[in-house]
Amino acid sequence: MYRYDNYDQKIVDERVAQFRDQTERYLAGKIAEEEFLPLRLQNGLYVQRLAPMLRIAVPYGMLSSNQVRKLAHIARVYDKGYVHFTTRQNVQLNWPALEEVPDILAELASVEMHAIQTSGNCIRNTTTDQFAGVAADEIEDPRPWCEIIRQWSTLHPEFAFLPRKFKIAVCGSEEDRAAFLLHDIGLQLVKNPQGELGFEVFVGGGLGRTPIIGSSIRKFLPKQHLLSYLDAILRVYNRYGNRDNKYKARIKILVKAWTPEVFAKRVEEEWANIKDGPSTLTDAELARVTGFFSAPDYQDIDSTIADQSLAAQASENNAFSRWLERNTVLQKQSGYRSVTLSLKPAGVAPGDVTDTQLETIADLADQYAFGELRATHNQNVVLTDVVYSDLFELWQAAKQSGLATPTIGTINDMICCPGGDYCSLANAKSIPVAEAIQRKFSDLDYVYDLGDLELNISGCMNACGHHHIGHIGILGVDKKGKEWYQIQLGGSANKSAALGKVLGPSLSREEITDGIEKLLDVYVENRIADESFLNTYQRIGIDKFKERVYAANS
Amino acid sequence: MPQILKDTQVVSDNWILLDENADSIPNGDILLSFEQWQNFAEQLSNHSGSIGVWLEGHAEIEQIIEPLLNLPLIAINFPKFADGRGFSAARLIRERYNYSGELRAIGGFIRDQLYLLKRCGFNAFQFSDENELSDAAESLKDFSENYQVSVDQENPLFRRR
Repeated sequence: MYRYDNYDQKIVDERVAQFRDQTERYLAGKIAEEEFLPLRLQNGLYVQRLAPMLRIAVPYGMLSSNQVRKLAHIARVYDKGYVHFTTRQNVQLNWPALEEVPDILAELASVEMHAIQTSGNCIRNTTTDQFAGVAADEIEDPRPWCEIIRQWSTLHPEFAFLPRKFKIAVCGSEEDRAAFLLHDIGLQLVKNPQGELGFEVFVGGGLGRTPIIGSSIRKFLPKQHLLSYLDAILRVYNRYGNRDNKYKARIKILVKAWTPEVFAKRVEEEWANIKDGPSTLTDAELARVTGFFSAPDYQDIDSTIADQSLAAQASENNAFSRWLERNTVLQKQSGYRSVTLSLKPAGVAPGDVTDTQLETIADLADQYAFGELRATHNQNVVLTDVVYSDLFELWQAAKQSGLATPTIGTINDMICCPGGDYCSLANAKSIPVAEAIQRKFSDLDYVYDLGDLELNISGCMNACGHHHIGHIGILGVDKKGKEWYQIQLGGSANKSAALGKVLGPSLSREEITDGIEKLLDVYVENRIADESFLNTYQRIGIDKFKERVYAANS
Repeated sequence: MPQILKDTQVVSDNWILLDENADSIPNGDILLSFEQWQNFAEQLSNHSGSIGVWLEGHAEIEQIIEPLLNLPLIAINFPKFADGRGFSAARLIRERYNYSGELRAIGGFIRDQLYLLKRCGFNAFQFSDENELSDAAESLKDFSENYQVSVDQENPLFRRR
């Protein structure tokens, strides 16, 4: 993974010093509340319902074991002994003290981490596929591009006070695992007919109040022009995005108002003025950054033998076999698999992990995965490059630490925002809903029979829990001071991205799990062969689901 | 005499900001809005002092800037500090139109934006509120290295590593 040189370290260290000074001046009453707000937000610090919340950047989800140990230390010393993995591949602390935040940032800087631009109306953490570098369907490793974008976006002089937050995702594979069509900018790595690498550029996707799927504004952007083209998009947005109404301020609203064609034209006009300038990427820089993501030292493995011995282990142990089936995926390198450590055991807020679990994860990464790991937008942790012969041992160790819940990709692997338990924006709690669903569907045979099913829960229409793109989406709403839950069906975050449709009137907290069960019954009764929930829904439509859920209430 | 930050120093400012309801041009060095500059064109042609023009951050720079490029002072107003359009306006004026006179930030910007404002081409800062200018000048030195191209940095870090 990328390692800082003296320049990178200096920038992050100076940022810590800057924020330390700002915090001191704020505490001394020399900075007004409303002026301190964007300063702290751009260092990841929110003031939440119960305490401040600090969001730590995990650039494109990559972490070293060393960094994870530091997170464990910070969780223990400065917080209540746990952290939360977010849907933007970041990490949040729920209980830091404002006065200690500069010290936390200094601790982070000592392991090449920071909280820069994890909040506020600026360019946020760039996200990508958690299987980057190992996915079988990869066109090109997206991580060097994410790092190049990270550096370009870090403390960008012109774009620190945008109309609204700005999110970029890069997809380097055939299948989309980064939901890149639902970002302010989505970049798809492509090759042109001459075999040259570049990007198809999508803009104006996003969730939130007005969910929209991004529009392609350029079919092929040669790779060396990436940064000047991004500058052009951001400049057009910075100048012309709506600043009067925060609900109309995202770039998606501008793109929609102008039409994607007009927006593209304005970007091309701006770009013509800055193209081929010093921001044009050099081969030397591409080689330098790409070098950090070179393949680890793979062993030469006889995959037939490896397959056979793994199959033998699996046939002797049903629990291991289940875990292997759900929580591991094949890589393009034969003899290796990627393992998802589940942060979704029943009874724990999805994405929460304790300091000791973090240390176990770091140890597992050192022992089995070349000392690296990735945070996923599904709020789990992935270890890549695990050799087949280590899988059984890894499973046993993970199981002991509560990290081997064998439900990845099932209904119990839900995405869930912190909701009304923590977040001051939320209209309703989301964690208790997740827990009730996990308890209701605790029979693993039933869960496996349901197969791949994405259930996403947001506590308000800001959609941090990505409810619009869940096969089943749950949105918390407030009606006269009571918590209600709207169900949406048919959302999907892959390349044929779709936004869910509202099923009908909201259900109460007491009704929601029974409602979900009825949806699943309709699916099981109507599916053909091994059809997924999403495919069944797409084939039979929403009516049958609707009739069943509301039949008892009418 | 009021003071401003200019080229990292605290200096006295002798520019007179023309009142929005002014019906004539007083003597001295006058800073006036783009609309006033258009409306008073005739009087200004005989003006003995210097003339500077201030613009809003959302001004259509491409359409209005050409005749202003010979002025010794162009200012950009920040209606509030969270309005970042002035950052883009400044870069356009410096980088695309090669303006070399004084580029001044006026209005509601804050001390903690000084470093970024400087990178976008501002070299003078006139705060609207009380501010200890010599303290504020410290924020111009927040960083000593940057990744990106900017008005004061011709090459991105990747060309200098």
